[in-house]
Amino acid sequence: MEGNIAELGKYIGVGLTAIGMGGAAIGVGNVAGNYLAGALRNPSAAASQTATLFIGMAFAEALGIFSFLVALLLMFAV
Amino acid sequence: MATEAHGTESSLAFHPMDQFRITPLFGDGAVHWYTVTNATLWMGLAVLGVVLLLVVGSRGRSIVPSKGQSLAELTYGFVYKMLEDVGGKDSVRYFPYVMTLFCFIAFSNILGLLPLSFTPTTHIAVTGVLALLVFVFVTVLGFVKNGAKFLELFWVKSAPLALRPVLAVIELISYFVRPVSHSIRLAGNMMAGHAVIKVFATFAAIKLIAPVSIAAITAMYGLELLVAFIQAYVFTILTCVYLKDALHPSH
Repeated sequence: MEGNIAELGKYIGVGLTAIGMGGAAIGVGNVAGNYLAGALRNPSAAASQTATLFIGMAFAEALGIFSFLVALLLMFAV
Repeated sequence: MATEAHGTESSLAFHPMDQFRITPLFGDGAVHWYTVTNATLWMGLAVLGVVLLLVVGSRGRSIVPSKGQSLAELTYGFVYKMLEDVGGKDSVRYFPYVMTLFCFIAFSNILGLLPLSFTPTTHIAVTGVLALLVFVFVTVLGFVKNGAKFLELFWVKSAPLALRPVLAVIELISYFVRPVSHSIRLAGNMMAGHAVIKVFATFAAIKLIAPVSIAAITAMYGLELLVAFIQAYVFTILTCVYLKDALHPSH
């Protein structure tokens, strides 16, 4: 076993940022699930809302992407 | 690196991130800004694909469209309707830009799924330039079209007066973070998918789990095809949203 403690902390930190991606996964699932629930109640209105669905997904995903960004920065920049 | 200590991991046939390496196409010297690399090649192929689809596809101009023509018309209509629905009637003026973005991203994503190919959109350098161009274009357009009124985008009229300064700060941050999330969403999604496929591919070298990993590659490949399209769609639709914000900044 060799290596320095900063390296260890770096990789633990990278692993921890994966939790942030989990949050984004919950958010995106929430958006899609609610869309489906709404679409099944009123299928005629569903087609006009797919754009909103993807915009909502993109915004929910954005915050998960920041945790991915932190992971990238930790691995390659710090 | 103590590779012996890793046991089975040291027997990885190749590194999953190797596929994103930029190499010169001719010879193997250093990569300068003018060097023709595999990224150049695959971006060129994406452009060639777009030209083939749209120029050759629309050549016949028949009333009953051929296969190629209906595909070209479908793409055109899809992007046009998306821009009109999200951005409103007056954003249709900027349709050529949005169409260019969609076609280029969709083609480089999908061409990147070919075995042994290279995906330009996995590189933040590529997506970053695309997103920054959108950001600068939209900001300049907002100020040109609305003048100082564009700043109303950050001053939420529907909120109580006491909350507005706080919201202004949040809106300002979220505005400047746009190019970051816009570019990393595309690059991250493409890179992650390709890396996952390659990780499963390295497992295929282990005899015991090879069938499982090959099945997983097949499943991931199907998902990746979907993701390649959806990410092009998401990038374009966010461009439409930003365009709408620039044209109609008041909430």
